[in-house]
Amino acid sequence: MLLLILQKSKNLGSRIKTYFQKKMHLPISDKIELNILHQNSHQAEKNKVKFNNYNLLCLNIMSSPGAGKTRLLEITLEDLSKKFQSAVLEGDMTTNLDAARLEKLNIPVVPITTGRACHLDANMVSGGLKLLEQKINPDTLDILLVENVGNLVCPAEFEIGEHFKVALLSITEGEDKPLKYPIMFREADLILITKVDLLPHLNFDINELKSNIASTNPKADVIEISSITNSGFDLWQKWISKKILKLKKNK
Amino acid sequence: MHEVDMTKCLILSMEEWAEKKNKEKIVVEKINLKIGEFTCVEPISLINTFNSAVLGSWLDSSKITVETIPFKGKCSKCNRSYFPKKENGYKSPCCNFNLEEIISGRELKIASIDFTEK
Repeated sequence: MLLLILQKSKNLGSRIKTYFQKKMHLPISDKIELNILHQNSHQAEKNKVKFNNYNLLCLNIMSSPGAGKTRLLEITLEDLSKKFQSAVLEGDMTTNLDAARLEKLNIPVVPITTGRACHLDANMVSGGLKLLEQKINPDTLDILLVENVGNLVCPAEFEIGEHFKVALLSITEGEDKPLKYPIMFREADLILITKVDLLPHLNFDINELKSNIASTNPKADVIEISSITNSGFDLWQKWISKKILKLKKNK
Repeated sequence: MHEVDMTKCLILSMEEWAEKKNKEKIVVEKINLKIGEFTCVEPISLINTFNSAVLGSWLDSSKITVETIPFKGKCSKCNRSYFPKKENGYKSPCCNFNLEEIISGRELKIASIDFTEK
């Protein structure tokens, strides 16, 4: 009872204060505690609801330019398409070159040209999804792979409604990258170390890289892969299959 | 570069907030942000981008203030909080454990808006 009276008097006090602030044209402070990226997060949530309704696993594939995202998708989709219905949203700043490569695999591909933007955002993905819906009924799809724009900074902060974030790191980029771009590697659910076929030719310490990944994100899954020898692709395919089946099971 | 898109999101959030308050009758004096140290945002870039973006708009006279929120983690072995440092791989100084839990530093928030009524 006492608490209720105190609460009421507190509310009344605050209302009286606001009344006089208004009358005297003094600044009123509205404590809204709202995420700056609220507009993006809100759209990302809507995208995720759509993906879930379609029973469609969405992976956000991110890396620096040239780490091997498109090649990864080419090899992955050749096998994956035998078991699961797949589609790709292909983010690119200026060209449709990557989308053209993936279209050869006879799967639905929607290019998203971002123009000046160095990342995909939830609105762009929502637009891409609408275009995809014109090509195919998403109910028939199992997985949507979204290839983000090559960049280790911006894509890390912009949710697109994905179920999981996958970050690629090629060994030619150096062991220190998880420490230099910590947000990207902290946010990733899976980190693919790419181009490991080059290990014998480089002065590169893979254990140091793994230690830097563990420092930045001890919970991330890590798989070493090579698009030349195809090593590690079995583990990556297994990882994807598990996530697709889990999503369907939870439905 | 992403500060441009963050500013866009910030302005859209301000529009949404102002519509509820009757936009024509208010003047936003200050937008108080909380930005964590462990984010991809450079506060000064965000402020400069915002100042350029709102020129001539209803937010032209609004100022941005930024409170930087320190990057803090919790040691998963002894539960002590600490300030992770890149130089030692964000490990806890007490037990040399990897950074599992982040307590603060990921904030990207509009904490409050100071406004007057016309």
